[in-house]
Amino acid sequence: MRIAAYGFRRHSTYRAAAIAGAFTNTVFGILRAYVLIALWEARPGLAGYDIADAVTFCFLSQAFIGPMQVFGGGLEISERVRTGDVAIDLIRPASLQMWSLADDLGRAAYLFLLRSLPPTIVGAALFGLVVPIDPATWAFFLASFVLGVIVSFGWRYLIALSACWIIDDRGVQSLSLVMTFFFSGMVLPLNLFPGRLGTVAAALPWSAMVQVPADVYLGKRDVLEALGFQSAWAVALLLLGALVTRSARRKVVVQGG
Amino acid sequence: MVRTYLLLAWTWLRASAQYPGPLIMMVIGSFIVSGLDVAAIWVIFEHVGSLGGFDLAEVMFLYGAAGLSFALSDILFGNVERLSQHIKAGTFDTMLIRPAGAFVQMATDRFSVQRLGRLAQAAVVLAIALPQLGLPAGRAWMIPVMILCGTVIFASIFTLGGAMQFLLTDAPEVANAFTYGGSALTQYPLSVYGNELVKGVTFIVPLAFVNWQPALFVLDRPDPLGLPYWLRFAAPLAAVVLSVAAALAWRAGIRRYRSTGS
Amino acid sequence: MIELNRVGRSFTVGRRKARKTVHAVRDLSFTVEAGEFVGYLGPNGAGKSTTIKMLTGILAPTSGRIQVAGLDPTRRRMALARRIGVVFGQRTTLWWDLPLKDSFELVRHLYKVDQIDFRRRLAELTELLGLAEFMSTPVRQLSLGQRMRGDITAALLHDPAVLVLDEPTIGLDVVSKAAMREFLRHLNADRGTTVLLTTHDLGDIEKLCRRVMVIDHGHLAFDGTLDDLRATAPDEESMEGVVTRLYSG
Repeated sequence: MRIAAYGFRRHSTYRAAAIAGAFTNTVFGILRAYVLIALWEARPGLAGYDIADAVTFCFLSQAFIGPMQVFGGGLEISERVRTGDVAIDLIRPASLQMWSLADDLGRAAYLFLLRSLPPTIVGAALFGLVVPIDPATWAFFLASFVLGVIVSFGWRYLIALSACWIIDDRGVQSLSLVMTFFFSGMVLPLNLFPGRLGTVAAALPWSAMVQVPADVYLGKRDVLEALGFQSAWAVALLLLGALVTRSARRKVVVQGG
Repeated sequence: MVRTYLLLAWTWLRASAQYPGPLIMMVIGSFIVSGLDVAAIWVIFEHVGSLGGFDLAEVMFLYGAAGLSFALSDILFGNVERLSQHIKAGTFDTMLIRPAGAFVQMATDRFSVQRLGRLAQAAVVLAIALPQLGLPAGRAWMIPVMILCGTVIFASIFTLGGAMQFLLTDAPEVANAFTYGGSALTQYPLSVYGNELVKGVTFIVPLAFVNWQPALFVLDRPDPLGLPYWLRFAAPLAAVVLSVAAALAWRAGIRRYRSTGS
Repeated sequence: MIELNRVGRSFTVGRRKARKTVHAVRDLSFTVEAGEFVGYLGPNGAGKSTTIKMLTGILAPTSGRIQVAGLDPTRRRMALARRIGVVFGQRTTLWWDLPLKDSFELVRHLYKVDQIDFRRRLAELTELLGLAEFMSTPVRQLSLGQRMRGDITAALLHDPAVLVLDEPTIGLDVVSKAAMREFLRHLNADRGTTVLLTTHDLGDIEKLCRRVMVIDHGHLAFDGTLDDLRATAPDEESMEGVVTRLYSG
């Protein structure tokens, strides 16, 4: 909890950047909303959404960019892996993974305030967004949102640590960006994807970051199934992360970094 | 100025060619990343036959032309968006003590072929779309003109975004809304956007002249907003006006530059 | 060669309510003649760097007039760049990712140095500064001492009339520092290059400078010879003591 508060404060030093990010997210939200409106006007009720659902989805996905760190990065350790300082972190008694997770939750909380609320408010003012009335939906959405951040962390943590083995990690970074961006639902809602592509996309971890929390908000998905899906991926990625951390530690101890 | 540009660009290119592995990876990466936008268009046309009154080939044409302009301006001048990094690191100061324009030095800094992936991708899309449209030469002549003007317009927007960073050194991301936002906007026919927005990008930030207005001439379509016919030929005018504005903004930025740090 | 006439530079800092104006340099006037070797001293934040940035055209003064090598630095920045050499100890003016010799080749083109002059000067500097062994190494892989020697070379290839050095010996080891000083002394004595040098290292001043200027709180606190400087506090034994007295008083 203290570490999360520290992560929150650490990120509050980038306030100008966060506000600029919110501005950019809002502009893109407006542009994408128009495209989706054109699509849904031609095909009302497509994929079980009406126009208001589609526009809400669009602005929610923009709001998720900051907290879910859709464009990658956000972790202090990736810089420390690059400089080799991670060796010091790995031999500390505290768990590097849990420490990073707490820090990342603080970061997400801060970016939720600065980068998620503004696009949503502007979107609501310009287009009118769907607002759930049932308080239970809000509670489920909150849980789904937090799980989304954890899945996102689990994935980015693996990417960051991969630099321990891969010397030039820019390739991995850009591959991760492509997968996250396309298969989270950022480009278009995943339920528009045709046939098998849609089935596969819905099962991959990235859908837990944008598509699933948005559907929980819109009430388009069985809540328990959705939260279960996210939890399963969160646990799987965190376990994998723990294994990778352990072998990274062994590598540092044996090879001296 | 052109000589200095070529000299610096060539030197950087040679330096980057020493590590061809990551370079090729990055070209392929940028090809795929920009291909995602086409994938989105393809998914949309799985569900509809036309978007904003334009069919798939026409949307691909709009997309390809704008993409080509954007990729060209990005390769030539896109590095200007890193101004705030250079200001913070103090490397902008060292550019100012050299006998060459700061703009040319910014534009060529770490010049690399990485962004060629995007260019190739846009060219492929355009090459697929054009034969399907069956355009007569009497209208097709506009295509090179629109790509050239689009390149100048995007380059000016990159420059304006850079100049903005003299003021907003801590928030360079604001420029992205205009550069990458402009690129995203022009990928679809403007008829999908609201009237106010279209008027804004016609008369304030002239993104409509990157592809939309000239394309209405090429495709021989009526303007959904009923704007005057001559606007279809106004892209060169828009390009000139915007590049003058960008040059003035850049110079004003340099003049009020306050070097920070020791 | 360098002339400042009632020069001031202020910055507005803080935002909205806390906004205030800071005068980094105020009413500063001095003249440096051709062939002089001048040390420019001052505590941190006194306005040294601001002065250097204004002399080199990086920063425009808010008031007053500046002439360097007969040019107004702000208006004729690029023309001035061809007449002066600038070295920053804290950061390199070389191209970080390029090998040293590519950096020099770029300098030759940018400064439009004649090919024959360039070869002759580069050979001379390579010899004097011992650059040969790391000529093909990218700048980012050079040690600090090597990088400084490369920086000095790049600043001199176009044979500038004035050399401005901002803390050139910072972080250098004893041997590198001595070599650097010997080189600068030779440059000034034998070639007549005007040198203006800022430093925190009083050894640089004692070994090199005939004239010393001290800036404090944005204006000139002292301007005279090294002996004059000592005479301001005759009871102090060391140079450190003299300067400490001057800074605090």
